[in-house]
Amino acid sequence: MIPTTYYIVLSALLFTIGALGVLIRRNAIIIFMAIELMLNAANLAFVAFTRMYGIIDGQVFVFFVMTVAAAEVAVGLALIVAIFRTKHNIDIDQLNNLKG
Amino acid sequence: MTGMDSLFLIFAVITLISAFLVVTTKNLFHAALWLIMTLFGVAAIYVLLNAFYLAVIQVIVYIGAIAILMIFAIMLTQRVMNPSGRIFNKNWIIAALLGAFMFIGLVIISMQTGASKTTLPQISGQLDTVSELGQALVSPNAYVIPFEVASVLLLAALIGAIFVSRKR
Repeated sequence: MIPTTYYIVLSALLFTIGALGVLIRRNAIIIFMAIELMLNAANLAFVAFTRMYGIIDGQVFVFFVMTVAAAEVAVGLALIVAIFRTKHNIDIDQLNNLKG
Repeated sequence: MTGMDSLFLIFAVITLISAFLVVTTKNLFHAALWLIMTLFGVAAIYVLLNAFYLAVIQVIVYIGAIAILMIFAIMLTQRVMNPSGRIFNKNWIIAALLGAFMFIGLVIISMQTGASKTTLPQISGQLDTVSELGQALVSPNAYVIPFEVASVLLLAALIGAIFVSRKR
């Protein structure tokens, strides 16, 4: 059988890729996708630990994470489309109106 | 190496490669398709971990709703679908270093949870995680209040999304 560590390392790698995506990309939609990657990495760790300890609470948390992710994507993409409508650009390096 | 191990390796490699392509591909539409591939890989690993309900929900909610919504947003912002300039910002070296440190830190912390010594316990007979999960979600002394709050959150997000994106 595979040790739980393999799943946890996979989750850590996925999270790192997602975090890198948020840090280095300039396109807002790609940043959204990278956030989804990080949420998936967290979910993977939850499910792996659920399987390891045999209690269901981890899977309940995954359920709630998915709910929040769906809400976040709905609002976030609406915001991106609204920003695109006014600025005709979703490059986050250009979105610096609030910079002091 | 048993069948389960090789399945895990295959799906892990698929997940990681497509996740890497999500953050490095230039074309936004291709990135969305690679995201769908990644989500499928994670769903397959849920199946290996005996979380069948979550695997199905992953396919329905993440791929069927979230990824499709992303593709919609990409098509609504068509002009930026194929960016012409550079796709990474100026700080990518610092970001890469930070990412490497974060990965090492995450692995060190997870080693201290005791996960490294434990192999996954064998499943005795038919483990019914679906009914267990359903009972945990609606039982008054478990998660019924967060469950109801989550539905209110979804309603609020729905109304908020309509309000933000309506034509003025």
